[in-house]
Amino acid sequence: MAADSALLLSLVEEYVSGLQDSKAKDTATGLRDGQFTILQLVEALGLSLTSSQPHTRARGVQLLSEVLHECYEGLTEREVEVLLAFYENRLKDHYVITPPVLQGLRALTKCTVLPPGSAVSMLRSLFQDVHVQSLMLTERACVYNMLINLMESREAELKGLGADFVFGFVQSMDGERDPRNLLLAFQIANNIIQRGYDLGKFTEELFEVTSCYFPIDFSPPPNDPHGITREELIQTLRNVLTGTPKFAEFLLPLIIEKLDSDVQSAKLDSLQTLAASVSQYEHKDLAEFLEGLWASLRREVFQTSSEKIESAGLAALTAITSCLSRSVLNSDSEDSLCTFLDLIFKDCKHHLCEPDLKLVWPSAKLLQAACSASNRASHIVTAAVMPSLLEQYNSRTQCSHRRTLLEVVQRFIQSVKSSQSAEKEESVFVAFRPSLCSMVFSALAESNASLQITATSLLTSLAQQAGLLTDSDIELAVDHLTRLLLTEDDDRVSLAVVECAGALAALHPQAFITKLIPRIKKEMFFDPVDQDNNKAASEQQSHHAMRKRCLSALAAVSCQASVVQESTPVLLEVLSSAHTGSVGFSVEEVVLACSSLQRIAEQVKDTEETGRCFHELIIPRLLSLSLQAALQGEGSPGHCSPLLQQSVLSAMVPVISTSCARLQPPLAEQTASKAVALFLNGDVSALPNNSFPSHIQLLKKQPGDSWSQSQLVCLLMGCVCSLPRGVEVPQIEQLLSELEEMSCTCSHPLSYTSAAKCFAGLVNKRPQGDDLNSHIQRTMKRVCSELDSLTSSTRSQAFTLMIWVAKALLLRYHPLSTPMTDKLFSLLDDPDLGPMAADSFSLLMSDSADVLNRSCHADVRIMYRQRFFSENSAKLVQGFNAAPQEKKPNYLKALSNIVNNLPKQVQISELPALLSLLLEALSCPDQGVQLSTLSCLEPVLADPPPALIQQLEALINRLLALNSSPAMSVRIASLRCIHAVSHFPEHEILPFRARVLRALARPLDDKKRLVRKEAVQARGEWFLVGSPGGR
Amino acid sequence: MSGGTHLENANPVIFQRTGERLQTATEEDEDIHDPIDDREIFDILPSINDPEHPLSLEDLNVVEQIRVKVNDAASIVGIEFTPTIPHCSMATLIGLSIKVKLLRSLPDRFKIDVHITPGTHASEEAVNKQLADKERVAAALENSSLLEVVNQCLTTRSI
Repeated sequence: MAADSALLLSLVEEYVSGLQDSKAKDTATGLRDGQFTILQLVEALGLSLTSSQPHTRARGVQLLSEVLHECYEGLTEREVEVLLAFYENRLKDHYVITPPVLQGLRALTKCTVLPPGSAVSMLRSLFQDVHVQSLMLTERACVYNMLINLMESREAELKGLGADFVFGFVQSMDGERDPRNLLLAFQIANNIIQRGYDLGKFTEELFEVTSCYFPIDFSPPPNDPHGITREELIQTLRNVLTGTPKFAEFLLPLIIEKLDSDVQSAKLDSLQTLAASVSQYEHKDLAEFLEGLWASLRREVFQTSSEKIESAGLAALTAITSCLSRSVLNSDSEDSLCTFLDLIFKDCKHHLCEPDLKLVWPSAKLLQAACSASNRASHIVTAAVMPSLLEQYNSRTQCSHRRTLLEVVQRFIQSVKSSQSAEKEESVFVAFRPSLCSMVFSALAESNASLQITATSLLTSLAQQAGLLTDSDIELAVDHLTRLLLTEDDDRVSLAVVECAGALAALHPQAFITKLIPRIKKEMFFDPVDQDNNKAASEQQSHHAMRKRCLSALAAVSCQASVVQESTPVLLEVLSSAHTGSVGFSVEEVVLACSSLQRIAEQVKDTEETGRCFHELIIPRLLSLSLQAALQGEGSPGHCSPLLQQSVLSAMVPVISTSCARLQPPLAEQTASKAVALFLNGDVSALPNNSFPSHIQLLKKQPGDSWSQSQLVCLLMGCVCSLPRGVEVPQIEQLLSELEEMSCTCSHPLSYTSAAKCFAGLVNKRPQGDDLNSHIQRTMKRVCSELDSLTSSTRSQAFTLMIWVAKALLLRYHPLSTPMTDKLFSLLDDPDLGPMAADSFSLLMSDSADVLNRSCHADVRIMYRQRFFSENSAKLVQGFNAAPQEKKPNYLKALSNIVNNLPKQVQISELPALLSLLLEALSCPDQGVQLSTLSCLEPVLADPPPALIQQLEALINRLLALNSSPAMSVRIASLRCIHAVSHFPEHEILPFRARVLRALARPLDDKKRLVRKEAVQARGEWFLVGSPGGR
Repeated sequence: MSGGTHLENANPVIFQRTGERLQTATEEDEDIHDPIDDREIFDILPSINDPEHPLSLEDLNVVEQIRVKVNDAASIVGIEFTPTIPHCSMATLIGLSIKVKLLRSLPDRFKIDVHITPGTHASEEAVNKQLADKERVAAALENSSLLEVVNQCLTTRSI
């Protein structure tokens, strides 16, 4: 024990006189290990604590405080009491002692055994003896932390202090300037408000002392280590100011005043604070400020200078209106909601009568913001506004006026939609239903396109109001839409009509089944060629356009199963009559019918009913029709079926693959096995209209290399490559080997490419294992031997198979993909296949539309592109450096194909390493390389990495040189890049300004208008660089 | 634009914008020479901002396509602009902005003539004279505060 006390004395001595700060830690450790007690420490400190030198006393107290900071948990209640008495007493001592005393007190506030009453006495002496704002930053933080600690643990005692606590706090934070401490102080203020401390007569003082920081104007210094953001300060202060209705009488005038400010951020903050505050208020808090608030809000929206402020203003107006709507009315008080809305009507309503003036829209937006606040508000607003809008529509004759009115009405209807709850209430617009309907229908009957378009979207909004339109209204609407579909030539109108029909059909399918579909069918199958051969070409043209509109409308309306049952037979009939030639459908129309089917498969709900429709009716029918066409052959005399066309088959593939991927996996499995049976064994039993010969061999080499049957393999691909991953494909080994054979030997491009894709799609989903590995190695060997014999006639077939298999393996991170991509790199030097190999990198890196993508349930690992890039970019650079001059473009093209498909973040991080190569690519004479490099540079230029800025000279020189390229697409792309460079940091690009402006004068007189347009924009931006008022 | 300032014309008439120019097949053909036409000149102007409102000159009908005349062969451009009100004090500034925009956007072979639509402004002659005077336009652009306002009008805003 004697040794311990000697040790303790030496520690104290070294700390106090020796000024060795580390000794505090040692003392604390000793105390915690039980070598000595806190009492012994105080005794040992005796001399230093009673020294006549304030600095020695301060040092002594500091040691004690630091030890307490480490060991406050171990103290007993009695010890705490004594220590507190000591510390409270020390607050009256010399000022240099105050900081360590505060630290000690803060440590004690964390004690769980704080004796009752001590919190109060601590705060009393603190508020009495210490002037917080004359302390240093860390001591002030110490005081705030004490308060926060005590508020957490001794809430009841602090509340016992009554308003004195609030007063003490107000005094301590009054004048605080450091953002770190402000965050703490705002937190305390927020606690005071939220936890129901008694504000007493100090409400205004508390408001003043916090609101003087509003609106927050703080920008953190660069490289700020504390990480305090403006947003954080704004949010904590806003919580304080909006926390209680007691502040309303002070806050609202302050907000009105700050809204007058010229500073945009102050306005925005004020508006957002206003919106946040009124959610707590009652109408009587607001009553006397309503006029002032309205005047400010109106001004902000009427003379708005930014969209942000406008929408914040509208949100604040909505918040105020909904606050007023919540108020409970007394019999003697006036209805403040009505009073407020009357204010709005007085200033806004008359502007609605001037649909060609600027203020019509701000007024409408204000009224709509009020209207969306509550059910009661929307009733009052619509009752006041709608009659005059409807009357205006009828009295105005100019189309532009009428269109504006329609748009205003539509916004009103939408604003009500967002406010209505799930309650079964009558729509606000029930009273106006007849006049709204007649307005919409009369607008639909007009000949003005923009009026018709607006009317369709208004019709959609009306239909979405639950229970507003009656059945007869819907029927009338469908009649109008049908008429427009059949007669209206304007593309924009028909697009809007189709969209509207889709929205309406989702809600009211019956009217479309009984009216629209039969009518459309009748019109589509009416064949103008048969009727009269002398008809003018223009009439044929319009008939074709009408069919196109009808086909896309059929797809749009089919989102409910009941509609699908009616619409898909029509589309199938289009295909079969095109095939037989009974009605003359063009190839384009047939393609469109297929894509409509695909759209339906994509959007329809996955139910048993729709699944059956697609798997048991549509797919067998498609297979059967295309097989019939194929058997007739390309050589058949007379009518040649459009179903032989490559474009039609390619359009059928997504119908099949979408339904196999999306609809009813068990049914899809059946479809797949039927398809495999058909292609491998010639089993036609599953197809309708069965009059096929019995020995069809679709995957075998056809006599005379006929392609009409072999190309059907793309349909097989659509079917088996898009199945969900759990679904088994039957006879897969045989299927794979026949596909491989076909893709290596067939000479028809669609056939061998589809076979290769189908092979790849199956390989991608096969389970890992030796089976798969040996199969791939076999294939690889065959492909390589084909590729290595330079005279072989099927090199490009082998190449196609290799690239697709490489992609399939790359996507699933299969180790065997590496030898394939290495082979691909080596082919960049090949005299024949070099350019093809360079292009194939884009196939490898981009998503393919019909196979090997996520919607086909392919095995696609995340970030496979990045992985490929990081594994191979070095090889590419190496190959480039080693390649002979005439082969270099292949490498550059491969590089830009890869980089183009990388996500932007990766591009930016990888760019420094590749920049010199890309700049090289810009001066490469091949236009394709130039173009793809420019298109890969342009997005990077929007957010330039530092490496690019270092090479600015080289970059600008090369870009300007491309301005005189013979290809206009290169000129346009290079001008866009120069435009993007104008947004670089000003000090970097200013030296180039004169040179760029001179160089851009030439393309201003380019012979192509599109080039001139880009040049005008780029030059305009460059003029603003470094110029006053520019950027 | 702030609360205190009073706008000369707070509620002007808004006009519909002309749609995007439709691209024709000849424009995409490398070999055909597209002459500079009225519409092309007009398309340079709509993005100019009004000094008072967050609106473009096209929204306010200050510039219209029918008041743009160009002769590509003779290298002459003539433009008439219409102030929103006859006493608009911004007329000179608007005219100057149009002139500067064209000087920056057209090949320098063109002679550019900007003036007020006859009969639409109180001090039409004075403004026209100022805009036609090369020396005065050049001198105005030397004045950095004036250049600042002009540049603000020519900055493409994202609204």
